[in-house]
Amino acid sequence: MKSRNSVAKPTDLPVLMPIAERLTRGRGIGLSYDIPRLQLRAWHGLFLLGVLVFFSASAWAQQSPDHPATLAQAFIRWMPLLLKAFVFNIVMSFLAMSLGTIAGVGLGVMQLSPTRPTHAVGWFVTQFFRNAPWLVLLFFCMFLLPFRFSVFGVTVPFPDWIKATLGLALPVMANVAEIMRGAVASIPSGQWEAAHSLAFSRRQIMFGIILPQCIRRMLPPWMNLYAILTMATVLASIVGVSEVMTQTQRVLSAENRPEFIVPFYAFVLLLFFVYCYPIARYTQKLELRYAVRD
Amino acid sequence: MLAQISQWFIWLNQTTGINLTIVYDSYDRGRMIDGFLNTIYLSLICLVISVIIGVIGAWLQRSSLKWTRRLVQGYIQLFRNTPPLVQLYFFYFAIGSLMPKIENKYGIMQPILSNWDWAIISLSFFAGAFNVEIFRSGIEAVPKATVEAAESLGFNRLQVYLYVVLPLAFRVCLPALSNNLVNLVKTTSLAYAIAVPEMLYVANQIWSDNLNVPEMMTFLLFAYVFLVGILVWAMNRLERRLQLPGYGG
Repeated sequence: MKSRNSVAKPTDLPVLMPIAERLTRGRGIGLSYDIPRLQLRAWHGLFLLGVLVFFSASAWAQQSPDHPATLAQAFIRWMPLLLKAFVFNIVMSFLAMSLGTIAGVGLGVMQLSPTRPTHAVGWFVTQFFRNAPWLVLLFFCMFLLPFRFSVFGVTVPFPDWIKATLGLALPVMANVAEIMRGAVASIPSGQWEAAHSLAFSRRQIMFGIILPQCIRRMLPPWMNLYAILTMATVLASIVGVSEVMTQTQRVLSAENRPEFIVPFYAFVLLLFFVYCYPIARYTQKLELRYAVRD
Repeated sequence: MLAQISQWFIWLNQTTGINLTIVYDSYDRGRMIDGFLNTIYLSLICLVISVIIGVIGAWLQRSSLKWTRRLVQGYIQLFRNTPPLVQLYFFYFAIGSLMPKIENKYGIMQPILSNWDWAIISLSFFAGAFNVEIFRSGIEAVPKATVEAAESLGFNRLQVYLYVVLPLAFRVCLPALSNNLVNLVKTTSLAYAIAVPEMLYVANQIWSDNLNVPEMMTFLLFAYVFLVGILVWAMNRLERRLQLPGYGG
């Protein structure tokens, strides 16, 4: 058989030939036969983006040689504003994730209920919110929730970003419920039977025995969901919340310089990449670790 | 029959205030049907292109050239870890502004690629990045002995990929693929942001005209759940149909 890899073989000994390929790949668990697992680091992506920004910026600089402020100056001027807006995005993602997780665990428990109506309601709500687009749910919350409401004569304002957070928490809730259902299903049924025979009540089994074991299995998909949610916070710009995309568009219209469009949009992409890529890497690592142990 | 239904919905509006103009108003109905079809059209085109990107990307990832693999990997990570909306904006506003303009048949200068084209490009690349990974995992699941058997029968690399590896890998990754395609259908609603007249955009126009936000919202949610339901059903049928005895459970 002809070798498909350009990697040099570490040995000529016939005895070692079967595992020679695996030896060259270090700890690449032997999952892949032909495709070497790429160890991509954060800087690879940064490098690509940097090249993109650099070339687009230099291409435009040639077209308008005598402009008042250079790109670097503009970036320095607006950086604090944009970074602050990005932090706001992250705050929104934290809030939506906590709300969604709490509601989602409740919904998941409902779905696992032995009583039929409870199970049916839980199932329907989960499927409904899981299959509706995030943007539509966001619109739903933005338009149908009041901008303020009064409790015992006190008027409580209900700002748009809280409504957006609630709108983002809805799909998170459904996805967490689904993750939880999957995790619980992966626990062997013998555990339920053993707990029953020890006279634990259903609630005790759920919260004392099953769920603590599920946390480990739920963690990777949960983190994945968090990354997706963080990327979805940008949607709030469509409904007018002043987060990083809105601010970028405002900056661009304030500068009114077409040659800045590419670098500024690339910068927003970069911000999200820098935040989400490590999460994705770590998720992968966790998945791999648990997969080996199970 | 149709007139009676319309009458009933007008009556519903007068008595309960539930104003579903898309049923009794022919103009709104026409708009909504167009929007619905546009969403389906956008989904189908992106679906096909993203699957093609996935197949080609997975093939390039097996390349013996280091830089080809790195480039594909860079593409995947870049598109997976950035918000699809910002990608859409980047394509439409940023790259679109660098594109040359051409004269249309009325003599007006217009960009060479319309918002439709950019939506298709951006969404396909977004879904394609996930598809590459999905197909790769499917290819990895094909036993090496099968590939060796094909090679010993004189297939070349491309033939092995097309006739042996891909058909088997496709069956393995169908569940993950259908998940991603459902996600793609949901993501088409982002095209709203660059004024592609799909369902969300049309619904927005209708509720601006008639001030019936709750009704349109509810309709929209059910319409999307319906579309996704059809896709899931179709993928399940495909999965059953392609099932080989003794392979992939």
